[in-house]
Amino acid sequence: MLSLVAAGMAGCGSGRADVGTTLRNVSYDPTREFYQAFNRVFSEYWVGRGKGAVEVEQSHGGSGKQARSVIDGLETDVVTLALAYDIDAIAERAKLLPKDWQRRLPHNSCPYTSTIVFLVRQGNPKGIRGWNDLTRGGVQVITANPKTGGGARWNYLAAWGYALGESGGREAAAEEFVRALYLNVPVLDSGARGATTTFVQRGLGDVLLCWENEAYLARREFATEQLEMVSPAVSIQAEPPVALVDVRAEQRGNRAAAQAYLEYLYTTGGQTLARQHFFRPSVEPGESFAAMKLFTVEELEGGWAAAHQKHFRDNAIFDRIYRPGRSGG
Amino acid sequence: MKWRVLLVGLTVLFLSLFLLVPLAAILVEALRKGAGAYVRALLDPDAMVAIRLTLLCASIAVVASVIFGICAAWAVTRFRFPGKSLLLTFIDLPFAVSPVVAGLLMVLVFGGQGWLGPLHLGVLFATPGIILATIFVSFPFVARELIPLMQEQGTEEEEAALLLGASGWQTFVRITLPKIKWGLLYGVILANARAMGEFGAVSVVSGHIRGRTNTIPLHVEILYNEYNFVAAFAVASLLALLALATLGAKALLEWKLRRDAEAAQREAGA
Repeated sequence: MLSLVAAGMAGCGSGRADVGTTLRNVSYDPTREFYQAFNRVFSEYWVGRGKGAVEVEQSHGGSGKQARSVIDGLETDVVTLALAYDIDAIAERAKLLPKDWQRRLPHNSCPYTSTIVFLVRQGNPKGIRGWNDLTRGGVQVITANPKTGGGARWNYLAAWGYALGESGGREAAAEEFVRALYLNVPVLDSGARGATTTFVQRGLGDVLLCWENEAYLARREFATEQLEMVSPAVSIQAEPPVALVDVRAEQRGNRAAAQAYLEYLYTTGGQTLARQHFFRPSVEPGESFAAMKLFTVEELEGGWAAAHQKHFRDNAIFDRIYRPGRSGG
Repeated sequence: MKWRVLLVGLTVLFLSLFLLVPLAAILVEALRKGAGAYVRALLDPDAMVAIRLTLLCASIAVVASVIFGICAAWAVTRFRFPGKSLLLTFIDLPFAVSPVVAGLLMVLVFGGQGWLGPLHLGVLFATPGIILATIFVSFPFVARELIPLMQEQGTEEEEAALLLGASGWQTFVRITLPKIKWGLLYGVILANARAMGEFGAVSVVSGHIRGRTNTIPLHVEILYNEYNFVAAFAVASLLALLALATLGAKALLEWKLRRDAEAAQREAGA
């Protein structure tokens, strides 16, 4: 026992070799691989500019949970979350950054975007081509809970926006469509990664609704599992924004480095890495992704605050259409 | 005879299905890409930080549960006071409350919007918070082990020592401690196992900062979510080995206890 105590004490505090600057980036789930690579490249760039060594610490989790942690006191210089609504919450509740944060960086503070696509099993046995196929009987759809997961909100709004467009703007028809779709969801995971693992690892469901970058990544990681990606003709432009957490960055004396970190995302170096990790680069789009008709949440609902009020608040549309345990019945 | 074979067979089958097969699966998955990948996963700087943090938290939690356990057991078995049964109920609270709730309680107290939030104590999302959460989930084990033991042993020997002029401390060190040492050690082993494996409470207060606030169980989850299965299972196997070592220590202790009891009986009989 004593040796155990000694081992523990010896390890106390001396986690890593000392470096000049330590930045912290609180992010959401599917950006793990991207920021791992980006942090290395940024560190080289920063040293190259003669600014001394910089190390970036990462924290990943569901976007909403991460925002909650920052509000509760998780100290971080920058946040890179799944949707603007979560960063709005940090600005409003904890007042750690100004409310107009999204106007401070180009492209609505989104250096990269993505969209929502379908992942199906080899050979697409259920013949899934577009959104309408997801409401057919006998098709099991895997998606996370839009009340807790950022990616899942994009999934939901993509379906809603599609149905609204199809019906010429009739909301009653759109509500019927999402109701039918979520009736085909056997289990709601709490986050995007959980949903992916449910679909890929546990082999549940016929189609997974997921971020485009996550779909590419899953196909690469699970080559043997034989998955196919289906890009619907219409989907949502998913915009995961980034922001400086002013109050914390200043407390930690990291403002300049943190700002440079975010701006570097918009340079050719950052944009190339984003593309390599299957995000759609905002500044240098290129042509490596499927051409799809994409609508934004701005066009759909006039922004996240309104979308939240209408769809995800307690007793709003999502609560009306989805009753746990009654799916399929 | 038939019944014996059947029952033993059933037990072995059950244990194999629920314990041995998963344990073997962890090792097989961990070694899928060879011993090199296994060792690399354990020597990864982030994994080393997680291992150190887990050992640190577990040792502090065990010390805390020993101090608290002896105090509580002493108070409950040697004194009469009002509210004793209420105290006993409170000791059991960490068993009854879900660890996630325990974590959320800490967020409510130490969080930025919490009661002590304005003081900026730096408890939450840092090592102190993880230590507190670990202490919370593991502190009752020693007390729970000692209370029945000390109740059974009674107070006569301590009273005799006091009458013969021993001080309170002398009585404790020379009379009480030797009598409870094996029970104490048993409680320590259980508390240690719980502290090392804790996930829920720690997950809420950790902030999941890689290379800083991840314990072994949290690190396993992160690796798993990164599709890095070999590393995830390698680190998980370390946790499983720690658990096995704990079980081994427990078995050894039980054997020793039984032998002592038998020796005492023989002495009494002779």
